[in-house]
Amino acid sequence: MFPGEDIEPGDLKPRNGLHRDPDGKYTSQYFGVIQKGDEYIDIVPFSGSYFPRRGDKVIGKIMDVGPSMWTVDIKSPYMTMLHMNDTPWRTISGDLKKFLTSGDYIYARVMNVNEIKESWITLKEPGIGLRKLEGGHIMSIPAPKVPRIIGKNGSMVNMVKDATFTRIVIGQNGLIWIDGLPENVIVASEAIGLIETEAHATGLTDRITEYLKSKKGEINGNTQ
Amino acid sequence: MGTPSDKKLINENGLRLDGRGDEELRPIKITTDVLERADGSAFMEWGGNKILVAVYGPREAYPKHTQDIEKSVIKARYNMAAFSVDERKRPGPDRRSTEISKVISEALSAAVLVEQFPRTQIDVFIEVVQADAGTRIASLTAASVALASAGIPMRDMVVGCSAGKVEDRIVLDLSKDEDNFGQADLPMAVLSKDKQVVLAQMDGDLSKEEFGKATEMIIKATDRIADIQRKALSEKYKIENLPEPESGGE
Repeated sequence: MFPGEDIEPGDLKPRNGLHRDPDGKYTSQYFGVIQKGDEYIDIVPFSGSYFPRRGDKVIGKIMDVGPSMWTVDIKSPYMTMLHMNDTPWRTISGDLKKFLTSGDYIYARVMNVNEIKESWITLKEPGIGLRKLEGGHIMSIPAPKVPRIIGKNGSMVNMVKDATFTRIVIGQNGLIWIDGLPENVIVASEAIGLIETEAHATGLTDRITEYLKSKKGEINGNTQ
Repeated sequence: MGTPSDKKLINENGLRLDGRGDEELRPIKITTDVLERADGSAFMEWGGNKILVAVYGPREAYPKHTQDIEKSVIKARYNMAAFSVDERKRPGPDRRSTEISKVISEALSAAVLVEQFPRTQIDVFIEVVQADAGTRIASLTAASVALASAGIPMRDMVVGCSAGKVEDRIVLDLSKDEDNFGQADLPMAVLSKDKQVVLAQMDGDLSKEEFGKATEMIIKATDRIADIQRKALSEKYKIENLPEPESGGE
């Protein structure tokens, strides 16, 4: 689909990436592919930056430490904020450096986004693995390709995880954290790079399976 | 414009200097994603024009007073290389390029859904490496391709084309000599689908009828140019056997 191209949603509900003309017709906003689900119709762009949405789990990098907040870069046009009360630690104002300093990565959830796109994130939600990411490697992919990396119900990422004995955390914003033995991390990140470049093609799962098989010799099966 | 000259711009067979008919375009070629670090980019060759466009953003607008709390600001910068024209052009911004940057920013703002990302700016850097008449509309055409490849939401693509009056005839897409020695030049840009005009400037004089005819020619030509834009965009995503999108995702 090209920007401005007409779309007939039919019975489906238009969701992301569709623009509604004043006369009620729908057109594509992006240069990307059309994706029809059971209920919704989306246009998935090939590229573009991430825009925080409430509830998204993202990986962010601490950029600045303030008296009561951290400023976090989540690879979006806008910086986001993490308030000290939204962390699982007993923080005291003015002493935030002890917990997180600039350069640290965190896995957090977008709590709130307002009209002028200011957003707040939180680490204080049990059971979904929100935390500071210690060690590991960070890689970055375009945010629109994240669903492809995850696959249906996480099938794609689990395949990479199982085959390479790595721990992987994917943020909706396109940052990916990989932890494991160095040689395994290399294979995992190459596999993810492959998914990224061929994200719009068919038969992707088969090609990735093939690729992981071919790399089996390089993987150190020593789980930590 | 309108400079008296004994140069014949249209020969006895009704063909123009470069052998084109009245409604014929110069060859156009667009390549996308030519720059590694830009979010989106395009290289365009339109006749003798060679133009490179890089798009960055949306990103937080700086200096802060340029931020608009309601929408994104498009900052286009049109720049001509010193070697892009016959006689060395003094480098740096001048009256002409400042004006062109302004009209291009405005034309692009009409197409981009700027209200989706308040407080940000989108940078569009346009470098004219070689100039051969009609650079502003060529830049605009290339810029909208670069924006699309950067994944920036737009309501439509912008397509530009020019027409003019040469030896009392209305012709499409003026070449350099026709521009210099012709009687009028009318660059125009439209949104490709509903043909809303987003840029129109005129140098020289056209009567009402001539203006109408020139506009009609341009509008007709924009369909052809829009086709080239779309082909250029999809070129990069052609994989051996038709990239049919898999349904479902997450």
